[in-house]
Amino acid sequence: MTTLLKLDQLFLLTGAALLIVAWLTWRDRSNPRRWSSGLFWALWAAIYLAGDVLPPIVSGLIVVMLAALGGLGGVSLGKHATREPAERQASAARLGNKLFLPILTITVLALVGSLTLKDLHLGSLLLAETKNVTLISVGLGALAGLAGALWMTRERPMQSVREARRLLETMGSAVILPQMLATLGLLFTDAGVGKAVAHLATDYIAVDNPLFAVAAYALGMALFTMVMGNAFAAFPVMTAGIGIPILLGMHHGDAAVMAAIGMFCGYCGTLMTPMAANFNIIPAALLELKDKNAVIRAQWPTALMLLTVNVILLKLLMFR
Amino acid sequence: MQATVSSVSLWPLIGVAVVIVGFVLRFNPVLVVAAAGIATGLAAKLPLDLILAKLGTGFVKTRNLPLTLLLPLPIIGLLERHGLRERAQGWIAGIRSATAGRLLVVYLFIRETAAAMGLTSLGGHAPMVRPLVAPMTEAAAEKTHGPVPQAVRDKWKAMASATDNVGLFFGEDIFVAFGSIVLMQTFLAENGIVTDPLRIALWGIPTAVAAFCIHSARLIRLDHRLPQDIARARAAEEAAK
Repeated sequence: MTTLLKLDQLFLLTGAALLIVAWLTWRDRSNPRRWSSGLFWALWAAIYLAGDVLPPIVSGLIVVMLAALGGLGGVSLGKHATREPAERQASAARLGNKLFLPILTITVLALVGSLTLKDLHLGSLLLAETKNVTLISVGLGALAGLAGALWMTRERPMQSVREARRLLETMGSAVILPQMLATLGLLFTDAGVGKAVAHLATDYIAVDNPLFAVAAYALGMALFTMVMGNAFAAFPVMTAGIGIPILLGMHHGDAAVMAAIGMFCGYCGTLMTPMAANFNIIPAALLELKDKNAVIRAQWPTALMLLTVNVILLKLLMFR
Repeated sequence: MQATVSSVSLWPLIGVAVVIVGFVLRFNPVLVVAAAGIATGLAAKLPLDLILAKLGTGFVKTRNLPLTLLLPLPIIGLLERHGLRERAQGWIAGIRSATAGRLLVVYLFIRETAAAMGLTSLGGHAPMVRPLVAPMTEAAAEKTHGPVPQAVRDKWKAMASATDNVGLFFGEDIFVAFGSIVLMQTFLAENGIVTDPLRIALWGIPTAVAAFCIHSARLIRLDHRLPQDIARARAAEEAAK
């Protein structure tokens, strides 16, 4: 069966846009490091445009170069022609609430698409790749929203790439961090980091007392999530190490309660770690905050209080 | 470590150590992560070309991750150029009862209930927080307290992002068809434990309610402390001059 909309098309689109960003950066004389900054965006574009055909070792070299360029200060900001506040006020007054429509379009199309596109056929033609329906819907929403925004503001399409470049440059090399961390997670799994941690956790923690066992499971989920940056990676390890043998096997707890609240303990860890870059580091960059850990600073009290509540809930609800 | 008699190698934990030390010493995170990857590979006795290949394959495989951040950027940038922030701030300034804390409590409620119904794409840092929620929060603070110093402004912007995260995390997991519930159920099933996904979702509700209460209480408290926070930040600014 042939498929009309694929994730690969979004990759090509993203790659092409990044390549234009690279080209604009190379021509930007106001950027003190325009050659290395442009190279950074061009290398990232190559991953999107040719990721499937590049030999893995070449992609690996690209990753190392991206890390070196980003990590050693090779990616810097140019000056961007922004409009005066008065001009923006006037435009805000003229366009009014219509300004919200393109953003609403992304959200609504993403929602509708992810709910309906799943099994839509036209004869033997499948409308969208089933496993990537959510991302494809976000892509459709973004394209429709962009068309609306361009029409409403009477700007040329190139202006939208310039604006995207302005936002990318304010985030800088942090934009590749989520992808780097996910890659590190895969490498950790291959090298047996999970096994080693589970081994330490079960060998060195006294877990005869049900309250201690519950606390060890909850804190273990949170800590392991902080190290891996992802609660999904922590769940199998901690549940196989402490959850199943001790909480279920020794103390006969309720498995559904353990799983539900255990995963939430992991999420408390996610709120406190720079390893969860797309939730904690990227927003700080996106909001142009001076302290790159500002979001974690705002979150940790909520996370710690909730973790305490979770230990109590686990103890009360698991052994009813 | 030598004392434990077991076949489990502890060497791969070197990578974890690199990450912790790197982040604590505040080295550039991109460099730290790359170094941790290479260290982990070397500790697992992989040859260098295989480590590179693994890094490359992983990076290509995970390139779908940044898309939800990247795709809305052209629209957000374009609309900001045409006064989106100014419009969002003007709108919130017109609502008399709006304060920064109350606004974020409302956003938390919408984000969490929407996620609990499986509508996780309603919200997010790029499409919602940067263009709308954060500027509205700033405007609400200024409406009641006059000009707000940058340090306090940044604190509330960070809080807006934190609120998005809390709402998403503790909402999505009580939606039955969400991926993590499937993951939990299949993992337990592989180990011979039968659970009903609906029960896993239901037992998440107490934590979801607690998350809403705790975070809302913090937001309201921050609201009450706003005058002191502003005074302190102004004094610090004066002292710096």
